[in-house]
Amino acid sequence: MHRVVVTGLGAITPLGHDVASYWDGLKRGADGIRPVELIAPERLNQKVLGEVKGFDPLKHFGERELPILDRVSQFAVVAAKQAIAQSGLSFEGELSERTAAIIGTGVGGQTTIDDSFKRLYEEQQPRVYPLTIPKLMANAPASQVSMHCGLRGPSFGVVSACASATHAIGLSYQLVRSGAAQCAVAGGAEASISFGAIKGWEAMRVMAPDKCRPFSKDRKGMIIGEGAALVVLETEEEARKRGADILAEVAGFGMSADAKDITAPDAGGMARAIVAALADAKVDRGGVQYINAHGTGTTANDRTETAALKASFGDHAGKLAISSTKSMIGHALGAAGALEMVATVMSLRDGVVAPTINYLGQDPECDLDYVPNEARDLSIDVALSNSFAFGGLNAVLVLRRYQG
Amino acid sequence: MPDVAQDVMAIIQKKVRVDRDQIAMEDKLTDLGLESLDALELVFDVEEKFNIEIPVNANDANIGGFQTVADVVHAVEKLVTKKA
Repeated sequence: MHRVVVTGLGAITPLGHDVASYWDGLKRGADGIRPVELIAPERLNQKVLGEVKGFDPLKHFGERELPILDRVSQFAVVAAKQAIAQSGLSFEGELSERTAAIIGTGVGGQTTIDDSFKRLYEEQQPRVYPLTIPKLMANAPASQVSMHCGLRGPSFGVVSACASATHAIGLSYQLVRSGAAQCAVAGGAEASISFGAIKGWEAMRVMAPDKCRPFSKDRKGMIIGEGAALVVLETEEEARKRGADILAEVAGFGMSADAKDITAPDAGGMARAIVAALADAKVDRGGVQYINAHGTGTTANDRTETAALKASFGDHAGKLAISSTKSMIGHALGAAGALEMVATVMSLRDGVVAPTINYLGQDPECDLDYVPNEARDLSIDVALSNSFAFGGLNAVLVLRRYQG
Repeated sequence: MPDVAQDVMAIIQKKVRVDRDQIAMEDKLTDLGLESLDALELVFDVEEKFNIEIPVNANDANIGGFQTVADVVHAVEKLVTKKA
């Protein structure tokens, strides 16, 4: 069994197109939920989303490369290259074959699906772009990262809605820990802001019309976002041998399924994943200081997650700092868990936790410390990153401040 | 608008999950066994039937403030009148 460490981070977010600007925005409590620009707003009820603004693919890809790359794959490849650059690794020879590329997404190439089928159904065009299928498939981000970065080890997409990225990172952690891979580029990507998909979200009636206020009284729901985050994981011994800057340790991973309801969350299922993650990390619950919550902002998630934290942590739940970075960037579905892990790693490193913004006051059912509205200095040894998906699929990572 | 009431009640009747021959205006939706996803489907069916939009947020207590069959019927009647 190897110890597994994080040596690179990359992110494309509504608060900026790299980790530095993302983390700076989170610490300032910047609100990345803004008026919709990616789709024509006339027929939308939802007027604000967590879009990645000003992303110019031509800054990152050649004109010949772009037609095959859906926005979701563009985000994934750019974030992967950032993470790899920070790690200082170069993937040649044997290391390439020993490096995994495992990337979660909620739906894959959603805008390709929308645009292609609009041509057929609405515009009555006779055909679609010849590489529509490899562009829209849910493993496209994983495949494109593997191709663009030369990663030839285990590679596949992971699909578990809002927990996809956390499952991808957790599986990668297990592969590196067991020695099945030496290194992994893992995370999630999402770019599913299309007319069809947002109408689907509107129909579920779960989105807030204005702001995302996780755990707050008078919260009105979640708000869809997009983006990507990728991390480089490797064995501690290899990272130390090459003198890499170790950003944090991945200490444990826990998973569970509710087996109950396709949308309603379940505190029992959440708690089982949290407890499993702590057991995997061999961390006592009293040793945890910070939780980057799933915290979507829906009435159901936030009260259920609060109940799950109380069930898992007992009296210690009241001492935890808990925040939802979704309050600032929205819910990037299959990318969310990775964006949240990046935030958690930065918290461990800098001794600062991001706030839950737009917080108006206490909901009686959500009575823990959610770090309301302002970032907080907090020295953290161990933190959790929670992801709980539609379909009752739960995944929790335990991250530890690295001390050689 | 007795026809609106009748149509709405017919739609609700199809979603009911408890053994009940006839539903009444004062019946609570929860007593009829309608859970949150049923309520969302109910709102969709009513919107489709009358070609209206019911502004509902599932995060509100009692989806859209609808507690009883009558609440749904009255909301639809209002929206249908507004449209006419």
